[in-house]
Amino acid sequence: MIPERDSMARPVHSVTRRVRLRALFFLIISVVCLIHATAVRAQEPPYFVTYSQVLEEPGNLEVAIKGLTASPKDANAFFSPTLELEYGATAWWTTEVYLQGQATENDSTIFTGFRWENRFRMLPTEHRINPVLYLEYEDVNDADKSILEVTGHDSIADLQTSNAEGRGDISRTMEGKLILSSNAKGWNFSENFIAEKNLKNEPWEFGYAVAASRPLTLVASGRSCVFCRQNFSAGAELYGGLATVHDFGLKGTSHYAGPTVYFNLPHGPTLGFSPQFGLNDNSAGVLWRVKVSYEIQQFRDLFRGRGTR
Amino acid sequence: MKKRLIPFLILLIGSVLLMAVDGSWLRKVPEADRKRINPFAGQIEAAAAGRTLFMDNCAKCHGDDARGRHNRPSLRSERVEHATDGELAWILRNGNTWKGMPSWSSLPEPERWQIIAYLRSLPPDGANAANAAQR
Repeated sequence: MIPERDSMARPVHSVTRRVRLRALFFLIISVVCLIHATAVRAQEPPYFVTYSQVLEEPGNLEVAIKGLTASPKDANAFFSPTLELEYGATAWWTTEVYLQGQATENDSTIFTGFRWENRFRMLPTEHRINPVLYLEYEDVNDADKSILEVTGHDSIADLQTSNAEGRGDISRTMEGKLILSSNAKGWNFSENFIAEKNLKNEPWEFGYAVAASRPLTLVASGRSCVFCRQNFSAGAELYGGLATVHDFGLKGTSHYAGPTVYFNLPHGPTLGFSPQFGLNDNSAGVLWRVKVSYEIQQFRDLFRGRGTR
Repeated sequence: MKKRLIPFLILLIGSVLLMAVDGSWLRKVPEADRKRINPFAGQIEAAAAGRTLFMDNCAKCHGDDARGRHNRPSLRSERVEHATDGELAWILRNGNTWKGMPSWSSLPEPERWQIIAYLRSLPPDGANAANAAQR
């Protein structure tokens, strides 16, 4: 069933107005930060769902907008933007806040919730496999369509509920990930094992994400250029659910895979793009993902005295 | 028992802090890494590329002139001057996470060597002081 926009739903309009105001507020904050920002070149691999061992550099703030759009079978097309604020607290700890929303065709635009995540590097030096521990608290409603990961029995059916139905059910969830990541000969290989627990007496849910990537060239050029290979990296991702603690496995789960590409504009933002294809009937056909991120170098120095060198 | 435990803990914490003082990372570098040779050593083009990489990745902490900012170390210091290329490659790959230096292992290895080639092209702090004194 494709829900039509409810003309009687006055609260939806007020929520839309609030979402617009919030969006404007974050836009202003982002512009102010960008004005103060200096050069950027992110070293993170081009992944949308999978995490690698790369943490935010201490003192840096990354402001990113991750967008996802899809037109799933038997559901309205939607666009889900996620604002991501990632801060490098130390060289071994990165903390990040996500603010999520979505707009569904013939339905409404709503704010769906927030996440607060922390990543901790577990070993002080580099090894063949580098483990990172990820802990997250999530407060999102069931209308959320950001698909930042897939766990349990997440499926296309979740995308078919109307915003009015979904926004009433709020999930407060704790999530842990074991991130394993390796760098070899310019390649990055990352594997994530996800365990998620809804705090409402629901069973543990599991998921996975794996990815590999490589910059298009391993040697930098001395001349400044925009569309040269050193500014691009490409890879591929595969992720999906592994059901719950009661029925662990692939039955009734959804899975996606697709190529990814990042383009680092010299002294500018990083742009990312990935079409991700559903691999079974529980998955949406194609998820189109885009990302624009900007790293504000040594954000904390903005609050230090100008006299200190 | 408690009375004995407190001095022991103070000694333990003290020795951990002493081990963490600047430059302690040099002692952690394995011998094989220490002896590694920069494949771009002395190449002007590599140093130029290293400069771009340095400005993008390192200058925010170590300063555009590599003399350090906000109490972060100068890369023209005597310690860096005397460190081998292999030792610098090791610190770039592993970082010194407890002291705030992140790992740069996700930069391709040739790019890390290019950064080292650039650092080697900079005059050390001591040389600048000597030049200033001569003037």
